[in-house]
Amino acid sequence: MTHSALKVVNLAASYRKNKVLYDVNFDIEAGSLTGVVGPNGAGKSTLIKTVLDLHPALTGEIEFFGLPFKKAKKKIGYVPQRGSVDWDFPTNALDVVTMGLYGNIGWLKRPTREDKEKAYESLDKMGMASYANRQISELSGGQQQRVFLARALVQDAELYFMDEPLAGVDAATEKAIMKILQELKNLGKTVLVVHHDLQTVEDYFDHVLLLNKTVIHYGKTETTFNPTNISETYGGNMLWITSGKENGHVVSSFNK
Amino acid sequence: MWSALLTSNTQWVLMSTMVLGIAAGTIGCLAYWKKQSLMSDSLAHASLPGVVIAYLLFARKDLYLLIAGAAVSALLGAVFIQTIRKNSRITEDTAMGMILSVFYGLGIMLLTIVNRSAGGNQAGLDSFIYGQAAAMVRSDVWTMIILACVSIMIVVMMFKEWKIYLFDPDFAKGIGLSLKGMNVLYTLVLVTTIVIGIQAVGVILIAALIIIPPVSARYWTHSFGKMLLLSALFGGLAGAIGTAVSTLGSGWPTGPFIVLFASIQFVFSLVFGIQKGILVNYYQFKKRQKLAQLHAQGVGK
Repeated sequence: MTHSALKVVNLAASYRKNKVLYDVNFDIEAGSLTGVVGPNGAGKSTLIKTVLDLHPALTGEIEFFGLPFKKAKKKIGYVPQRGSVDWDFPTNALDVVTMGLYGNIGWLKRPTREDKEKAYESLDKMGMASYANRQISELSGGQQQRVFLARALVQDAELYFMDEPLAGVDAATEKAIMKILQELKNLGKTVLVVHHDLQTVEDYFDHVLLLNKTVIHYGKTETTFNPTNISETYGGNMLWITSGKENGHVVSSFNK
Repeated sequence: MWSALLTSNTQWVLMSTMVLGIAAGTIGCLAYWKKQSLMSDSLAHASLPGVVIAYLLFARKDLYLLIAGAAVSALLGAVFIQTIRKNSRITEDTAMGMILSVFYGLGIMLLTIVNRSAGGNQAGLDSFIYGQAAAMVRSDVWTMIILACVSIMIVVMMFKEWKIYLFDPDFAKGIGLSLKGMNVLYTLVLVTTIVIGIQAVGVILIAALIIIPPVSARYWTHSFGKMLLLSALFGGLAGAIGTAVSTLGSGWPTGPFIVLFASIQFVFSLVFGIQKGILVNYYQFKKRQKLAQLHAQGVGK
């Protein structure tokens, strides 16, 4: 029997008085590229953090390839939000990517030349080879995001979690990142991406998880990502406009 | 007057404050990137009541006992700060301020009581406030050097772990590093450095020896490893020079002199530092300005 890449049963989480997630159930197919979509404050980041044991779960069971988190750690790669670290930290791009290998290198041991080469290759894949020795504080936002992605790639995980990798990056970086995500998918890896831009969901993801404190809908993008489900997720004040087929879908919100 | 420097006891003391400075500079880098420079100040102040209580309980001035008392008291302070931060809306810096003043106040109160009691005056506990390196004996020095070296070793051996723990703890946890373990270890090396330093530098100023060297080092390098090295060097130098100067006058406290030299290093780094120093920034701006002006003139023609 094949296990799903990620199985979440009855998950709940809160921040102080606020219930952020409740009754979350879903099953991510191995080899899928899933977009986690929902309004601000829907608990998208919290969902990822709770699944990865970075935020305490109130209830719920989580399985990765049929294993608990502790046993599956090596199969999991995580790309945090870019703003979650201090980019003034004195180190260079290559060094940050090498951090992705620390788990494999083993504690107390120094990274070898081969490790550095692996990290360099990964940077190269993200089009960042010429920035290997650049101070991370001198990188642009998009470049920082690419470094983070390179660090995740070098981990060679089976299941990737990415928290808004496309937030605030330019078109070229967005393209580069999406190309890599597609490649990961083609390699049979499973990728879960918190995503903000509704207009690109259909182009980027084969599965979509509509989230607003709980799973509103989950399934294949073509069947799940439709106007009814989206307005259900975002609350009543989303207006779905189909302005001719040549423009595709345009979504806007307005206040009553 | 330099003859004081040549006595063997002074050499030992000098050696110990230098090693202390190296340890403080090294551990200070961790505190700097954990954004907890103030933590060292709070824990240093929080160690005072432990010193006095240990003296009251055992009625003798044995450095091991006093250091143990200081460590328990400082760790208690650390636990309180964590508890307050976790279980209330009070932020970490406020919690640190609270613990610092409450513990230090308690320490001073107890110290006053001890000093007024019979024999208390001879205890010399006052020297724990501003530090009196000259009062240390050979065994004190050995204790200090061994504990400082252990702390330095912990940082050096786990260099890679500290780096990822400080830069991106969430990611570190994801690849299997125990954040709880690292937090405990961090608090332990910080408290160790503080308590071995309070006799030489004093509870008020030991924090300066932990805070200033990393800040100075930051102006010279863009590499975490080099920053650690430089910070250790700055700390060691400040410790040695400060102690040497303080032995020139009778009864001169060590702590203030050490901090004075650490501050001189800082001002020097601030102005001349090759990565972020004021002069370099100014020079680069002027150079760019000139290039831009030349370019503008070229376009104008």
